[in-house]
Amino acid sequence: MDAKDILGLHKNSFPSSLEKKSRPPKESHRKPDGISREVYALTGGMPPLMPSIHSSQLKKKPLPPEKVTWQWLPFTNSARKDDLHLYHWVRVVNGVLPTGDYSFAKYNKSVDIIKYTEEEYEKYLTDPMWTKDETNELFDLCERFDLRFVVIADRFPSSRTVEELKDRYYSVLRAILLARAASSGDVATHPVIKDPYNVSQEMERKRALSMVLSQTRQQEKRDEEVLIEAKRIAELRMASKVTEQSQLVVASNADAEVTEGAVPGETIPPSNVQLTPFTDNASTLASLRMLRVYLRTYALDQMVQASNSSAGVRTIKRVEQTLQDLGVNLKPRVPTKAVCAEHLELRKEILTWLNLQKQVQYKEAEGSSFRDGSYSEPPGTPKDRTFTLDSINFGVSSERVVKKDQKRKAHGTPPTAAHKRPRKQKASDF
Amino acid sequence: MPNTSSSKKHCQDQPQLSGPIPKSHMAKSEENKKNSGKKLKDVEISVPIVYGNIAFWLGKKASEYQSHKWTIYVRGASNEDLGVIIKRVVFQLHSSFNNPMRVVDAPPFELSEAGWGEFEIAITLYFHSDVCDKPLNLYHHLKLYPEDENSSMSTKKPVVVELYDEIVFPDPSEAFLARVQNHPAVHLPRLPAGLTLPPPIPVEDASKRRKGDTKDNPLSQWFLNFSEADELLQLAAARQQVQAHISKLKRQISLIEGQHKQLKSSDQ
Repeated sequence: MDAKDILGLHKNSFPSSLEKKSRPPKESHRKPDGISREVYALTGGMPPLMPSIHSSQLKKKPLPPEKVTWQWLPFTNSARKDDLHLYHWVRVVNGVLPTGDYSFAKYNKSVDIIKYTEEEYEKYLTDPMWTKDETNELFDLCERFDLRFVVIADRFPSSRTVEELKDRYYSVLRAILLARAASSGDVATHPVIKDPYNVSQEMERKRALSMVLSQTRQQEKRDEEVLIEAKRIAELRMASKVTEQSQLVVASNADAEVTEGAVPGETIPPSNVQLTPFTDNASTLASLRMLRVYLRTYALDQMVQASNSSAGVRTIKRVEQTLQDLGVNLKPRVPTKAVCAEHLELRKEILTWLNLQKQVQYKEAEGSSFRDGSYSEPPGTPKDRTFTLDSINFGVSSERVVKKDQKRKAHGTPPTAAHKRPRKQKASDF
Repeated sequence: MPNTSSSKKHCQDQPQLSGPIPKSHMAKSEENKKNSGKKLKDVEISVPIVYGNIAFWLGKKASEYQSHKWTIYVRGASNEDLGVIIKRVVFQLHSSFNNPMRVVDAPPFELSEAGWGEFEIAITLYFHSDVCDKPLNLYHHLKLYPEDENSSMSTKKPVVVELYDEIVFPDPSEAFLARVQNHPAVHLPRLPAGLTLPPPIPVEDASKRRKGDTKDNPLSQWFLNFSEADELLQLAAARQQVQAHISKLKRQISLIEGQHKQLKSSDQ
């Protein structure tokens, strides 16, 4: 009661429990029987929220428990066609047997297979490939095995494939449905009518599936490669279409930008298609062959990009510098087929030359490491040592005196230990 | 053109149907029948072209908006008629021009205009249907003012910028090949052995056709010469130099390797 005052709740707002429904409304002030006044006061003078056990209930005698016995009794199964009586344990409550059918009988579902009459067969269902007997046999098996065609095919007297059986069954079904229907519209929504069974498609599908399943690893890899190639070619074609359409747009936009005076705008290289650079020369050639028409300068550009892709930016700059030093135009002025071929060969040779220069540097550094003998551990692969040495020596600018070099070459003997630093060879040396 | 070529094929059919024919002749025509419509794999047709512009300063007659008279063009590298290959050329000019898309339907493929500004012109080449069904784009930056800013502009000497390039058809159709096999504008490689082409269709009365080549073009005096010989010589010389360097370095490397071997053996 005090708690309620604190909370400020109305005294009689609590709904009374079921047990106390019969009590008069003034029960809050009346102490119920069975519990002492103090205990009642604990709940705030109101009946508790949880139904409590009334003392009178405790005084009552408990209900006698249900008498459950188990009996070994016969039973029948409505799903069975014969009159088989089997026995099983049955839970009997208070002498009352459970009623109802055998509990598992309801699971005996079967498919409704249509039954055609002789007449119908003669009229609609004759087929050169199937005899009447076979068709009857098929339908009988369908009934027995609930349209499980794999089993049916197994049991079919003459050897027919699953697809043939299915085809026959579905076409018979379709014919019957159409024949029995009042109008063709009635059965149009029936799945057999709407999506008829397609024998050839099914056979093809199964064949393809089995092929995929039985593919060896090698075949898988080959297929993947072919698909990637095909995708690449498709993308090429798509890219060329897209860029062709946007070419004019790009051109007109470019025109809009260049208006006044002698603005030396950059000429966009003439190209039919803007492709990402290929690393392989052969693939570049292949991609060029894919184009119906292209400009020689474009082809040259692609090939140069391909050969450059395997080299770093610095190397490319060195190649171009070398070309200039040799007095060759970076882009040939008269790009005929022969000229372009020569140009590409020249570039390749310059790359070889630069690589050889690097090799010489490495070898020389290697040589000096041999002479040093300052490495206590047994010599590892020459490569390792060269690299460590190089990290020390590179970045150190060296002024090589030509004399020393000539001396070394003339004598052909191992150079002095002082000669450690690799020499950067320049074109002017030769 | 396609019509006449098909009629040619028809003529070839007839000797086959009638009477006994010498075996070699029959084999040839059969081969031709097989090959017709097929694309040849190892033959590549290239058409050398030169494109660019010539611009004349109008001098006294120049106005604010028309200071130069310029011509942009695409011509055969040796001034041959490109009409065998190219059906029409579309020059896309700056949007400030009236009708910026100019179409030239017949050779010589050139366009003259007057203006004051330099801009990029998109040149689209459309080929005949048996040549290629995809157009090709070229871009040329119109140049009116001479490189050297100090040199005075003269009305007599134009500014000429020409660029050489080659149109390459990697997989030409046989019909195309047959049509152009002897045309001077087109470069054909040697045909693979055993390949016979039907003889080129005799062209209509030459006098009736309009002259499409640029040999007698009024501007031809300004055309630049592009000879691959110079470039080839240049490249050959450069290659020789580089090859010499390469062999030198190779010798050096083998020398060093020999030295290393010596060192190694001396250590052990």
